[in-house]
Amino acid sequence: MEPKLITLTVNGHTHHVALKPNVTLLHALRQMGYIDVKDGCEKGDCGACAVLLNGRAVNSCLVLAWQADGAEVLTAAGLGTAEHPHPLQEAFADVGAVQCGYCTPGMLIAAKALLDRTPYPTEEQIREGISGNLCRCTGYAKIIQAIQVAAEKISPAASPAKPE
Amino acid sequence: MLPEFELLMPRTLPEALEMLAEHAPDVMPVAGGTNLIPDMRSGRYRLRWVVNVASLLELQAIRREDGWLVIGAGVTVAQVLDDPLVAQYAPVLREAAALLGNPLVRNRATVAGNLADASPAADMAPPLLALDAEVELASNQGTRRVLLRDFFLGVRRTVRQPHELVTGVRVPLPPPRSVTAFYKIGLREADAIAVASGAVRMDRDESGRCRLVRIALGSVAPTPIRACQAEAALEGRLPEPEPIAEAARLAAEATRPIDDIRGSATYRRHVTEVMVRRTLTECAARSTE
Repeated sequence: MEPKLITLTVNGHTHHVALKPNVTLLHALRQMGYIDVKDGCEKGDCGACAVLLNGRAVNSCLVLAWQADGAEVLTAAGLGTAEHPHPLQEAFADVGAVQCGYCTPGMLIAAKALLDRTPYPTEEQIREGISGNLCRCTGYAKIIQAIQVAAEKISPAASPAKPE
Repeated sequence: MLPEFELLMPRTLPEALEMLAEHAPDVMPVAGGTNLIPDMRSGRYRLRWVVNVASLLELQAIRREDGWLVIGAGVTVAQVLDDPLVAQYAPVLREAAALLGNPLVRNRATVAGNLADASPAADMAPPLLALDAEVELASNQGTRRVLLRDFFLGVRRTVRQPHELVTGVRVPLPPPRSVTAFYKIGLREADAIAVASGAVRMDRDESGRCRLVRIALGSVAPTPIRACQAEAALEGRLPEPEPIAEAARLAAEATRPIDDIRGSATYRRHVTEVMVRRTLTECAARSTE
């Protein structure tokens, strides 16, 4: 089980890291310092480890790091900064969608993936979009509301709450 | 942390098949990893070798080939949801894909992997059984095709040999006047494992009689199954309430369900009869529109 040098571009920064074959993308990212990617169930049930892998939201615990060699990864921390937060990050804070915060990075990634494809989601589409992400604090109501607020801010042309 | 294994990264399909042949039986292919990685972590699989087939270009496409829709083994469930050929020729597969796992899982899980994993609850199985799909298996010795109904042997067991790779799923293009429907009973609306699922298909002739009927059931037997006696009860007849009810009764009789944390055997049998009756009734209504 020899390590192999792989290349990962995370939040715009390119890294070359030597990793063994049994290291998941989740552990690779956390070892590289991207600890906003959370380690939850490690079997694809909770979504806490979600990242965008080449633009697609995935559970990083179910990707072998070698499989991601050469890929672009976006983690929640790459969405924005404290000075210039992403509208989703701002809305999660403003609305109070964060309680313990453990699910938040994965929720932000799932929400980002949803809004990239569905700029004017219905409430049902939002619920479906975050169905792979467990939150044990909020009851989801504020999270759904935050995604609606962010959608409106990103794509103000139509009201996201209105069904088509 | 995952147990130790060697990960092989072939660049071409022939290279992958050589690797599988060399290391069989202590080897498993991995694509999306949504089943294999948790199974390695839990200890269900202890493998010395794993062959990554996720990036093989030969397995990526969904294409129309003569009278078939061919879904490469690297195609994810999310790709199936977006694909116009699937929407046109296999809408029942699309319906089931929309209910498989959750968006994060669908972006990794492959259709072929869902079949090869051979869970009785595999969401891709009932629609593909209803469509008379075939599984294409390749090894360094050659290629063979197996009817999906002959592919499953038992819970998590298939006819795939350790040195073989599922390379694709082949679906015959449906004839005119073929109508399908899918149902899935879970413990919640999304991200649920099926308590019971099914796909029905009704092909009718010009007189409106059922020329061919398929009733495929998930989570109610050790493997996904066809309810052949139920199908025969409708074939050659008009899909009227009485023969539909009879077919639904026979479908429930074809089940061999178990009690588990998601539901009882009694419930599974009962809900199968109700849902088969409803979906057949829906197909009968749709095919006269």
